[in-house]
Amino acid sequence: MNETRAVKWIGQSVERLEDPPLVTGRGRFAGDINFPNQLHMRIVRSNHAHGRILSIDTDAARKLPGVVAVWTSADIPEVPPIDFREGPIEKLAPYRQPVLATGMVRYVGDPVAAVFAEDAYVAEDAADLVTMEIQELPPLLSAKDAPAEFSPGRHTEADILRQGYGDIDAAFQKAHTIVELQLSVGRHSGVPLETRGAIGRYDAARDMLQLHGAAKVPHRNQELIARMLKRKLTSVNVFESHVGGGFGIRGELYPEDILVCVAAMRLGRPVKWIEDRREHLIAANHSRNQHHKVRAAVAADGEILAIDDLIFHDQGAYVRTHATRVAMMTCGVLPGPYRVPLAYRAVCHFRLTNKTPAATYRAPGRFETSFVRERLVDAIAHKLKLDPIEVRKRNAVTVAEMPFKRPLEALGEEIHFDSGDYHKLLDRMLKEVEWEKLNADLARRRANGEMVGVGFAMFVEKAGLGPKDGVNILVDSTGAIEVVTGGASLGQGFETVMAQVAAEMLGVDYQRVSVIHGQTDRISHGIGAHASRATVMTASATRVAALNLREKALAAAAELLQAPVSALDIVNGEVVRTDRAGGPSISLGQVAAAHGKLEAEGWHHAEHQVYPYGNHLAVVKVDPGTGGVTVERYVIAYDIGRAINPTLVKGQIAGGCAQGLGGALLEEFTYNDNGDPLSVTFADYLLPTVREVPDIEIILTEDAPSPLNPLGIKGAGESGINGVGAAIASAIDNAIGIPGAVTQLPVTPQRLKAIIDAKR
Amino acid sequence: MKPAPFQYHAPRTIEEAVATLARVAPDDGRVLAGGQSLVPTMAFRLARPRHLVDINGVAALSRLVVENGKLCIGATVRHAAFERPVAKGPLGELLREVVRHIAHKPIRARGTFCGSIAHADPASEWCLVAAALGAEMVARSARGERVIPAKDFFSGIMTTALQEGELLTEVRLPLLSADTRFGFCEFNRRAGDFAIAMALVTFRLKNSAIIEPRVAISGAEATPRRIAQAETALDSHAPDAKTFAAAADAAAKAIDPLDDENTSADYRRGLVRTVVLRALERAAT
Repeated sequence: MNETRAVKWIGQSVERLEDPPLVTGRGRFAGDINFPNQLHMRIVRSNHAHGRILSIDTDAARKLPGVVAVWTSADIPEVPPIDFREGPIEKLAPYRQPVLATGMVRYVGDPVAAVFAEDAYVAEDAADLVTMEIQELPPLLSAKDAPAEFSPGRHTEADILRQGYGDIDAAFQKAHTIVELQLSVGRHSGVPLETRGAIGRYDAARDMLQLHGAAKVPHRNQELIARMLKRKLTSVNVFESHVGGGFGIRGELYPEDILVCVAAMRLGRPVKWIEDRREHLIAANHSRNQHHKVRAAVAADGEILAIDDLIFHDQGAYVRTHATRVAMMTCGVLPGPYRVPLAYRAVCHFRLTNKTPAATYRAPGRFETSFVRERLVDAIAHKLKLDPIEVRKRNAVTVAEMPFKRPLEALGEEIHFDSGDYHKLLDRMLKEVEWEKLNADLARRRANGEMVGVGFAMFVEKAGLGPKDGVNILVDSTGAIEVVTGGASLGQGFETVMAQVAAEMLGVDYQRVSVIHGQTDRISHGIGAHASRATVMTASATRVAALNLREKALAAAAELLQAPVSALDIVNGEVVRTDRAGGPSISLGQVAAAHGKLEAEGWHHAEHQVYPYGNHLAVVKVDPGTGGVTVERYVIAYDIGRAINPTLVKGQIAGGCAQGLGGALLEEFTYNDNGDPLSVTFADYLLPTVREVPDIEIILTEDAPSPLNPLGIKGAGESGINGVGAAIASAIDNAIGIPGAVTQLPVTPQRLKAIIDAKR
Repeated sequence: MKPAPFQYHAPRTIEEAVATLARVAPDDGRVLAGGQSLVPTMAFRLARPRHLVDINGVAALSRLVVENGKLCIGATVRHAAFERPVAKGPLGELLREVVRHIAHKPIRARGTFCGSIAHADPASEWCLVAAALGAEMVARSARGERVIPAKDFFSGIMTTALQEGELLTEVRLPLLSADTRFGFCEFNRRAGDFAIAMALVTFRLKNSAIIEPRVAISGAEATPRRIAQAETALDSHAPDAKTFAAAADAAAKAIDPLDDENTSADYRRGLVRTVVLRALERAAT
């Protein structure tokens, strides 16, 4: 008898399908894409943080040989500001970013003019020749400062966002203790190795506009471009190539994307733009920058009865594609794993400043709120002289309370924790790290004069935003399988994971499966890759499509083999009889050839997001002579529901953790009083390197598969970064013996040394 | 990130190099050696030299020899050359210790010792070595050759005594006696970053007391220099914790620290105390 379903692909750490071209130098990133006769675009950016544009002189630039055109906003009056991804929002519309600055410059880096030239050198030479007269205005550089005028009759507080439940005043009156903190998270962001790139191309014969170099959300950008340029959706196509990292910031629709599209149409030649690193650090989305005034009403046993958070969100100069998403998310997810039974209130002042515009960066709203919430829990434990771990256990939602509904929202949906056993995972981690012994060892080292400490953070992630995604699967006559998705790959292993799911459902080798993503001409819909959605949504849809295809293939094979479907299975790409050893078989390719076409579609619908959860633990050593921090050990426990490819999940977690360490200790976009950015190179925007990041220890569990999708998937992308700021802050407090010392991220050596010296 | 247009010159001899430099230096001509500082600055268009005089093809500038008790380091000798001892005794070991802290491997493979000296970044390790050990800088121009002692060479942040048309052909470091002890300590945010403060100390012991102390700091001030007050605190004292603390305090007190938007003068002063103390402790062990 033939063995049925011989190979399980789901749950296996198979090798990545994506790697051969990448590791042999044959990848094709935006910079590698070239079209004959292309022009090169260079953006002239504002050197002033805030000012009125009195004049822009492009004459000298236009005269430079090789220059084809120089545009200011006056040249593209028909092009609207960059719109919001989710559609028009009247209240925020005046704060959108014009494609080229119109009347005002609002941050250093604001695009003022665009130069189009025969080569990138000439374009940059010409950009140098564009001069502008700016009437300087005082810059607004902190969201804590009072709002100022944005435009006549409109001030820089674009919105105030609120979430909450219960009677806050009553809860605080009832409290045994009130704990209050002021905390800040610095301005940092995702900094992919590959900078942005965009290549616009227009085929006049077919009236087809193409944008190459897309990432993250190709279909959404196709829609946005069509909407902004008043084109039919079918006359815009967007193409993703290899992408050297996304992290939320790459792939949003930016002014440069629109400019290459408009220029390709108007100038009749392909137009290429590749961002340089300095531009990237001042022009691509920043993130995080928030101040929190948070207080908790606490019972004597450490139960958090209520939380009241006043937030100042530093949005930078304009409201970009995400509108107020990060601020709203911040308001919704702050309570995290804790019950907070009586009342909750978050009020977020969403304020514009004269800095680079901000938007999502990996774990938006969660990195920030985990820092705030876990600082708060540590402070409660200290004030009530309770064990911080016990306070967490006292407050964490229990498995018996699942699914747990909370009248707050994330991404427009009410928060329903779908499943989880937070206490079990916490106990598992404490056991793995030998918590008692670890603390005893550290106490012994502290007694010997070392400043070492351990810190801890608990969090709930969210993933798998719906409402739906659909996938097509095709088999050709050679038996090759093509999974056509509207997903996107930012380097996370998207192709491999989809191939594993399709292969297991179908009964083929995963290496026979090729996965299409990021090509709007191949499929009319798609969710891309963001908000840890891809595996939950697209893999679930892939599963359905593969099962549908399997059904079709078996039905067709049943006719060809003259056998009942119930007696057939697909093993390694062959349809075989399960009831007779050595019976006749037929390959999927042969079935496809005989049937003319073997193709199926599959959809997955999700009413609610899924909520994976985890813990972070950090051991740090502080050098009191310098304020420097060494991360000696970092442990992450995470329940993912179900891991399709555990190695890829661990890679996501470790990579996220490294970025988190950057935000906790190193990375910060700083500005001087004039609003000049001070972090414009990799010598002043400090990314962690392999020397600053320890081996990340990962405890990956599958205790709580999601009941909301058949595979139980919960999403991996943002768990590694979520709790890093919180855990590092806690560990530093512990090391220096000053509870609550860390109130600001990143903890730079200068800040930390001042804290230590002040206490001596 | 594309440099402004420039004219490129590739002389083959020192004479040709200084002749070219004499011609183009008044027209914003610059010397290109390893290019690890100049080329990125050009990419940002912060530097826009009209001419580049590339000295990498000048064979005579690659010498690295000991002559008359001095280590002579030619203008195209790369940082990486010092990863193995280039001179007998403590000097070779000292240079080997210091070079590990210079940037990253690709930069060490290309950047040059003399280029760092001529560039005079306050965070340069080699400038600190030159100041601490009393290097001699050999400057050559069409007008002739002159030797500039380290104490007269560094005049400010990225400014030196080199005059227009002068090529730094060689730096000479005195050999150190076999009983010279040294200690180096640098603090930066990440491995390979520009130093925020660093110290290099050397001394000898005679009858269990410190003699000929040298304490030099850099990164914290505009130029690298020896700190006389710290040296006085060490001279003729026992190499113990109390002496070292006194010297570190003296150094911290004596300096005039840089103060910028990211790093305050106070913080730099505190760091100087730390790096001097640690350099001394390292020298003593």
